[in-house]
Amino acid sequence: MKEIMQGNSAIARGAWEAGVTVAAAYPGTPSSEILKEIADNYPEIYAEWAPNEKVSVEVASGAAIAGARCMASMKHVGMNVAADPFMTLAYTGIKGGFVIVIADDPNVHSSQNEQDSRNWARFAKVPMLEPGDAQECKDFTKIGYEISEKFDTPVILRTETRVAHSDSPVELENRVESKIPLGLDPKQAPKYVMVPFNVRERRKVVEDRMEKLSAYADEFKYNVMEINDPNIGVITSGVSYLYTKDVFPNYSYLKLGMVWPLPKKMIADFYKKVKKVIIVEELDPFLETEIKALGYKVWHGKDVIPNMYELDPMIVEKSLLGKKYKASKPRIAAGDLPRRPPNMCAGCSHRPMFYALKKLGAFVFGDIGCYTLATAPPLQALHTTVCMGAGVGEAHGAIKAMGKEGLGKIVAVLGDSTFLHSGVTPLMDVVYNKGASTTIVLDNRITGMTGHQEHPGTGFTVRQEPTNMIDYETLGKAVGVKHIRKIDPYNIKETMKVVKEEMDRDAPSLILCVDSPCVMLKREKRKFQAATYTIDTDKCRGCKVCLDIGCPAISWQEGAGATVDGHKRKGTVFINKDQCAGCEVCAQVCKFEAIVPGAK
Amino acid sequence: MIDNNKVTNIFLSGVGGQGTILASNILAEVFLKAGYDVKKSEVHGMAQRGGDVTTHFRFGKKVYSPLIKYGDVDFLLSFELLEALRYINWVKPEGKIVINKQEILPSGVNLGVAKYPQDVEKSFKKYFKDNVWVLNGQEMARKLGNIQAANVVLLGAFSNFFPEMKEEQFIDAIKTLLAPKLHDLNVKAFYEGRKTI
Ligand code: SF4
Ligand code: SF4
Repeated sequence: MKEIMQGNSAIARGAWEAGVTVAAAYPGTPSSEILKEIADNYPEIYAEWAPNEKVSVEVASGAAIAGARCMASMKHVGMNVAADPFMTLAYTGIKGGFVIVIADDPNVHSSQNEQDSRNWARFAKVPMLEPGDAQECKDFTKIGYEISEKFDTPVILRTETRVAHSDSPVELENRVESKIPLGLDPKQAPKYVMVPFNVRERRKVVEDRMEKLSAYADEFKYNVMEINDPNIGVITSGVSYLYTKDVFPNYSYLKLGMVWPLPKKMIADFYKKVKKVIIVEELDPFLETEIKALGYKVWHGKDVIPNMYELDPMIVEKSLLGKKYKASKPRIAAGDLPRRPPNMCAGCSHRPMFYALKKLGAFVFGDIGCYTLATAPPLQALHTTVCMGAGVGEAHGAIKAMGKEGLGKIVAVLGDSTFLHSGVTPLMDVVYNKGASTTIVLDNRITGMTGHQEHPGTGFTVRQEPTNMIDYETLGKAVGVKHIRKIDPYNIKETMKVVKEEMDRDAPSLILCVDSPCVMLKREKRKFQAATYTIDTDKCRGCKVCLDIGCPAISWQEGAGATVDGHKRKGTVFINKDQCAGCEVCAQVCKFEAIVPGAK
Repeated sequence: MIDNNKVTNIFLSGVGGQGTILASNILAEVFLKAGYDVKKSEVHGMAQRGGDVTTHFRFGKKVYSPLIKYGDVDFLLSFELLEALRYINWVKPEGKIVINKQEILPSGVNLGVAKYPQDVEKSFKKYFKDNVWVLNGQEMARKLGNIQAANVVLLGAFSNFFPEMKEEQFIDAIKTLLAPKLHDLNVKAFYEGRKTI
């Protein structure tokens, strides 16, 4: 039976069909749906949200060493966090099959950098498969387990946004349980204990394995040669193949299902069959560099195909046709239209917090989550974003660098999920090294930006079973923070007072936002005084101060006029009652009491 | 009319929360059941809401790319005026267009630093003549009792472009994809829209 599936769902399905029993992940776009799909649809698989990617790989590898087929999934930058265990697992190998899914994000739809994960395969010396559509996502996942067990290695399945988030038909098959018996063997210690004496032995195993994998790649049934026009042959993989095939259906193709190691014999064969070779790949010249290093001539590659952002059929066509490319005529200049950047929701608790921080003139070392949007106008109150947890250490470093000068000016801000991901470790550092920085945890009771995933602070597992819940105050105390304050971010005055006090303090402090769940979260709802607010046009002077908070429910309307008591104005603001959540933040900032409870 | 010798390209655009993705899922279900190969890809902004959302949807005997080539869109279905205009250059000269008459202001417009485009309808008429239909999806859905169904009203109108597909095929898809308590409303919404073109 065929079903339309998203690439991510197809990977989950592939894991299930392959007999996987353990899966762990930390949410990250575009990979997040994989674990959710597993949790929702495949009860045979134990599934968990890990606090970060490193932990997810460690959990999965433990299961693999015990003989279970397992999966860890993450986005490209998550692999940077997981790199530590991963690089060494390439040495120890596994017992039960281990597939690590890494989802790249070319064109950075929602990430802090654009990196090509194919480099990890070469770096760690492990095989990498790259599917192009949902059917391949499922097939390659399954074959990943075969390769993993056959060669005793973790296998990377690399997707990217257009594969992870595209839907196409998938043929469903049954689940087959793994034949590997579960159990741990103490005699295997030399394989798994990576002390230098053992490492040197495993080092040889790794090289030997790459040789064998290279030979296997030549027989791999998903490395496919398609000979059409013998003049032009394209070497490509994944979604790049689909774009190219779409615009140049008559070229010849060598489509690689396994992008590392490369099938050397097949490549030699392809070069015999076609006159000129073009390499079409997204991001780095990964295949191009390797193929050139084998001594082949590449007619076209990164000389014409961009090495940054996403490819699409138009870019491929344009790049390869050069001047001959004819584009359709633009009817309007799309650049003239107003952009529609995402915004924090109406009623979001991050908005008053960042408004308060802006009023205080704080330099905010930030993090990644919905609140990163506070860097956009009108708030413009978040000043760095590097990676999860980084802000906490950065704020500490900045204060160390500036000494007393830094006091009263600096905070680190991060979400609850990011705090647990990797904010606790630098917080320990702040305390241990006698720092003075302030860390604010915007606890919205969920992992917001990636679409509401649970974490150790929410009280629920991925399958919505109630579980132990972290208490941030106790955690802060345990780490050694002496000054822990709880605030209601919707109370702007109080928030400003507390934050100022803690920024001024020459000691580490932790500020926890309470009773401020994500407004989209159905489970926990904050009760506001009124359902909606409205503008009293008798009083509104059109000073635009309430626009500074950037609530999507508030808009400006031109139109000269005057208030009841005779103040002239150029227009008034307007609150869209369908959007207003009643958070009262705008009413707090209006000096003229022109924002009142009620709907109009 | 469906040309079975080529891939048909449908582009859907809207704003987060409008149901763009559900509409494209219904289309995918209909054409898959009818025996076509389908490919679909969606992009949405970073946050949960408020950013623009687009879906590339393609069907045919065999479809390779999940993305449509620039300028190659046969049908545009847009749930918001500005988000329709943003993709006007993607449509083929003979393309057909259905637009929902709704303005959702982006933040720049809210702040008064950007202007919402005027006369979107006219711009489309200028290039596509009679191949443009502008409907008030919210109003029609409101009359049925829930503005949430505006996306299915629009889809109902859009379904007329594929006379080969029977009404029941769309209704079945709606029932497959929506929770039972939403069936009545959305089936009504579909018929309401279907009457309009
Ligand atoms: S009360 Fe004001 S700030 Fe809060 S959601 Fe409504 S309009 Fe926005
Ligand atoms: S509602 Fe208040 S803050 Fe907003 S423009 Fe009117 S007077 Fe100024």
